[in-house]
Amino acid sequence: MVRSNSSKPLLKTLSKAVGITALSLGAAFVQAADTIKVGVLHSLSGTMAISETTLKDTVLMMVEEQNKKGGLLGKKLEAVVVDPASNWPLFAEKTRELLEKDKVDVIFGCWTSVSRKSVLPVVEELNGLLFYPVQYEGEESSKNVFYTGAAPNQQAIPAVDYLMNEVGAKRWVLAGTDYVYPRTTNKILESYLKSKGVDAKDIMISYTPFGHSDWQTIVSDIKKFGASGKKTAVVSTINGDANVPFYKELANQGVSAENIPVVAFSVGEEELSGFDAKPLVGHLAAWNYFMSAESDANDAFIDQWHAYTKNEDRVTNDPMEATYIGFEMWAKAVTKAKSVSVDDVRQAMYGMTVPNLTGGLAKMNTNHHLSKPVLIGEIQEDGQFDIVWKTQSEVKGDAWTDYLPESKHLISDWTAPIQCGNYNTVTKTCGGAQVATGQ
Amino acid sequence: MRMVHGLLLWLIACSISQSVLAATDVEATVSQSSQAPSIMTLQSLIDTLPTASYDEKSILIRSIAEKSTDDSLAILTALLQGDLFYIKKTQQLVYRAPTEGKQYRAIAALTGEILGEYKNRKLKKVGINNKLRGELKNAIALVQLKSPDSRVRQHAVDALMGSLQPEYLPLIHQALLVEKDNQIREPLMVAKAVLDLSSKETELYRSAINTLHGSLYPAARIALIKFIEAPHHHSSSVLIDQAKQAIASIDQKVKLNNIAENVYFGIALGAVLLLAAIGLAITFGVMGVINMAHGEMIMLGAYTTFVVQQCMPNHLNYSLLVAIPAAFLVSGLVGVLIERSVIRHLYGRTLETLLATFGISLILQQAVRSIFGPLNQDVNTPDWMAGTFSVNPGLALTYNRLYIILFSLLLLAALALVLKKTLFGLQMRAVTLNRPMASSMGIKTGWVDALTFGLGSGIAGIAGVALSQLTNVGPNLGQAYIIDSFMVVVFGGVGNLWGTLVGAMSLGIANKVFEPLAGAVLAKIIVLVAIILFIQKRPRGLFALKGRAVEG
Repeated sequence: MVRSNSSKPLLKTLSKAVGITALSLGAAFVQAADTIKVGVLHSLSGTMAISETTLKDTVLMMVEEQNKKGGLLGKKLEAVVVDPASNWPLFAEKTRELLEKDKVDVIFGCWTSVSRKSVLPVVEELNGLLFYPVQYEGEESSKNVFYTGAAPNQQAIPAVDYLMNEVGAKRWVLAGTDYVYPRTTNKILESYLKSKGVDAKDIMISYTPFGHSDWQTIVSDIKKFGASGKKTAVVSTINGDANVPFYKELANQGVSAENIPVVAFSVGEEELSGFDAKPLVGHLAAWNYFMSAESDANDAFIDQWHAYTKNEDRVTNDPMEATYIGFEMWAKAVTKAKSVSVDDVRQAMYGMTVPNLTGGLAKMNTNHHLSKPVLIGEIQEDGQFDIVWKTQSEVKGDAWTDYLPESKHLISDWTAPIQCGNYNTVTKTCGGAQVATGQ
Repeated sequence: MRMVHGLLLWLIACSISQSVLAATDVEATVSQSSQAPSIMTLQSLIDTLPTASYDEKSILIRSIAEKSTDDSLAILTALLQGDLFYIKKTQQLVYRAPTEGKQYRAIAALTGEILGEYKNRKLKKVGINNKLRGELKNAIALVQLKSPDSRVRQHAVDALMGSLQPEYLPLIHQALLVEKDNQIREPLMVAKAVLDLSSKETELYRSAINTLHGSLYPAARIALIKFIEAPHHHSSSVLIDQAKQAIASIDQKVKLNNIAENVYFGIALGAVLLLAAIGLAITFGVMGVINMAHGEMIMLGAYTTFVVQQCMPNHLNYSLLVAIPAAFLVSGLVGVLIERSVIRHLYGRTLETLLATFGISLILQQAVRSIFGPLNQDVNTPDWMAGTFSVNPGLALTYNRLYIILFSLLLLAALALVLKKTLFGLQMRAVTLNRPMASSMGIKTGWVDALTFGLGSGIAGIAGVALSQLTNVGPNLGQAYIIDSFMVVVFGGVGNLWGTLVGAMSLGIANKVFEPLAGAVLAKIIVLVAIILFIQKRPRGLFALKGRAVEG
């Protein structure tokens, strides 16, 4: 019969088709369960959104790029983005969610120190892995965190050295926002300056509340402090947003960079893209990366960023490079360890190197901090930095500063035999986890 | 190539050391700087600029300044302003002019010859650092000291005051000989006295100290202190005493200056508080609506300024004048919309209003974040708002604050006029005082409510225009001002414009009086505690409104 004749192959094709669908469905299933999950923990709303959104995009770009290269260990990467909304306790909750519910293999995230401190107990409890890409005050080393931003000796101390030796500064204003990072950094700097023979009366320290916008008095004080005939420099740990009115007031009161240079640790290309940089020309910033650095790797990174954001005007900055280095290192470590298990990856990270975007190699040390070069840049009218100084070689990040009595003898080494985040080299004991987590 | 380069610099260095030696004699420099044939031509000097290190550039700048011609001045000015580029390939020094199609036309620095079109990345700016920037400014100022324009000369003297060098003395002498303008003579005399005091010429000390007596230039005090501290085998104790008296007279004047300055800072801060609070004085003060979205109305005004500036990039100086009515309209309309859609259903229910307006504020913030992005926007400051007005050499008032003080007072006056002298103002007050009565007199109370809320919001928008000149224009702008605004209105007395003015000014001044004593953080806390105590004593603020509405 014609019918039965034709129905047989039809059935066959049908069953085949079903089979293939089932197979591919199954494959898809297997693949879905078998991606490597990358958690992204950056604020996408609230006050920190201004800085952190960029880092979220950077991680997504890196994930996309890695997937184009075929993923890792034969699996695709899958980004899991959450929004902790600039709310510090929410950072801890979202971390728990990422680790327990989404079961991510690694987290890239945090910006402020408060948010990191809030995440710390959770990643330690659940043995997660956090890459922290922002410059910070140090005095911390956790087994579960890799710090790819600068420690104080990779930013603050070299900047002060530059001002002291190249600019000839004799009097110092340490101005900062009133929270943990500026307070600790200024404490370190004050003791460093005194160790270099600077008199206490030549150091002025001033703190301002978050989002301070009325800088008249402080700028006027700085001006008076600087009018003593000795070269004066300002070391600013003023946080993000408050910088704009600060610099505007400096310019308005006629304080120029040649007279009283201001070196800032939280002003980068991204912050400057928000406003007219004319009043800032000549003021300084210390970072491990500037967009203006001339290297092929940097050109390629900038092109990639422009292509990803489809916007030629977007700038790159230091925390982006730190995110880039962290991601590349993690990817290399996973490949080397042939596993995404936190303990294996951690072991593979030690001694791992990744090219810096500014040239040379960034190396991960056993104290979970990087060795990186330090650069000083002068702000230009277009909001970019002109690199005026660079350290001869890479500077090794120091988790515990040598310039504070309480951390002078502490070191961090997460490999055998020490295996401790705050090992006291005098008493030869490990100080205990509660100090390591900064509680 | 490297050797030739080194040789060139060596030659330059020689010529400088010669001229420095010559500078010890006034007459000699005057005649030499204009006539002496220098070894290097200007062209050959600037040819070495692109590849020179910062130290080498410093030498080059000094020898270019030596030429003291219009051309050399132009080169130095361009270098200072970052207008000098070089072609990476040929290392020729050029200016650049944008062409259509994202290219730049390279124009040779001295000859003006056009060297072709280049992409942005093929041209590199001739970099300078702070040290060079300072040297350039001084070099330019020294040339400008001879300018026929008295304002240029004034500017030049001011620039030199900050970093006086002994080698400037001949030029200052020369300038003093011909200077007629007393405004410029005075700083020149001070500069001369400062340099005399640090020189070896003991017979000049007495008159120098006399000149510096009570002078408010920072350089004067520094010079006197150095004079006292220096080992003096050659000067009498009489001179030292005189110098001490001179310092004492300076210090006394400085003290007065500091008080004046603090008061000015306080008034300036008060003006900002006033601006932020005026709108709220209407919506909260007059209508009694706890409007948590008030800050966002300010933010909308600031964003309107940004949009207006984007629309008229060639007339930035006038953009603010256009932005003021525009911001009033935008914020006012949004205000009317909010009142009609949400608030009018909630009159008399304070808690619900608070929650609803808080929700609106979040919606507006996120809306702005979605449209403009989370980054701060670049709002330009017009030229006429930059700079300072100097009362005396030690006290300079910033123009932007001066304008904002004037503006806030004008705004308050205009609002008072609207309230007291117009029909709308009359109706508004009538509705506030007694709604049923006003309604029965034929006033459409619903519309008056909407327009009043619109007026308050519109004024907040205008405040946003002014604040965009002082602070960041971003989605969070409003949040920074909402608490301060409520503080001012409650402190001053709800529903009283006069109270808002007095409240804002006294809070501003109190803050600025405490700040130098206790630091910015503590000053704010002190002021807050003081307000809490004050409110305990007088719950209705400084100027309590009397009337039926208040009782009910």
